[in-house]
Amino acid sequence: MAKLTKRIGALVLRLAAFGAALAALIVMVTSRERASFFAVSLEAKYTDMAAFKYFVIANAFVSVYSFLVLFLPKESLLWKFVVVLDLVMTMLLTSSLSAALAVAQVGKKGNANAGWLPICGQVPKFCDQVTGALIAGFVALVLYVLLLLYSLHSVVDPFLLQKS
Amino acid sequence: MPREKILFAGGGTTKRWKVLLALRILALIATLAAAIVMGLNKETKTLVVATIGTVPIKATLTAKFQDTPAFVFFVIANAMVSFHNLLMIGLHIFSRKLECKGFRLLSVAILDMLNAALVSAAANGAVFIAELGQNGNKHAKWNKVCDRFSIYCDHGRGALIAAFSGVILMLLVSAVSISRLSIYSKKSSTSTAAAVASP
Repeated sequence: MAKLTKRIGALVLRLAAFGAALAALIVMVTSRERASFFAVSLEAKYTDMAAFKYFVIANAFVSVYSFLVLFLPKESLLWKFVVVLDLVMTMLLTSSLSAALAVAQVGKKGNANAGWLPICGQVPKFCDQVTGALIAGFVALVLYVLLLLYSLHSVVDPFLLQKS
Repeated sequence: MPREKILFAGGGTTKRWKVLLALRILALIATLAAAIVMGLNKETKTLVVATIGTVPIKATLTAKFQDTPAFVFFVIANAMVSFHNLLMIGLHIFSRKLECKGFRLLSVAILDMLNAALVSAAANGAVFIAELGQNGNKHAKWNKVCDRFSIYCDHGRGALIAAFSGVILMLLVSAVSISRLSIYSKKSSTSTAAAVASP
């Protein structure tokens, strides 16, 4: 009975991670704002920054991977690969979150030494949606770290937790 | 019983032990080089800022890594990962004397995975900011930095290459640590089964 609850818990965790990565992806893709001042109209969309494009691509990879692993049968031999692939997906998630966060921080506060002005004052709705996408990405990352620890435990069954 | 003790000893001269040690030393060198090169990254230049009449006004500008939070995180994270690798190398060398306990291998594997994620975050955060400095961004009206501070950008490029090789090496180190843990747990489960089966 404990095994069944553990397995259901793992499935729920993976479903939640899939949902969070998908939410981050969707919120970032639909963030778009048109602002106009002094007869100059500028449109801010996620493709303007390379870091946001990478964020979208990485979260797409993670969502597709989570969706596929949801359907993996319990006794398959592929679970050993799931541990390493989970690690690779976690590294993808941390790298995309870090890159998007670094660029968003420059967009919000600017960089005085480089002469880069913040853009959040001109496109506040865009900035808010990007912030929402980053929060969803952070939730996906935390869930993925838990999933990584769980899949390591279920595949390797370390000596500490094994009852002899 | 004494035969099992030999089986479960640190496995001092197996190929996996040597491969792991070599990978850890390379990862230590890569992340330490990245942290040091970025930490010492500084360039001062006197530029002409404006011209009033025929008199050019010069200003001394400094580009240093502390200006950008992404680079500060880069230096700190690479320093942390190289410290972790240093500790693990020490543990690895002394593990020949220690008996293999499951908890030690498990914690080493988990720490390796977490540090791999950390160094990948640091390297990627810095590379996207460096790309912004190299190419600028027309949409946000952010101009390039690298055409004026070329030495700063060169050193940054070198640090980033070292950090990315550190990322790949940490991924390999994590994979080998996980395989060590898996081999040990298989050995221990078969030996306990044998011990139970043959009283």
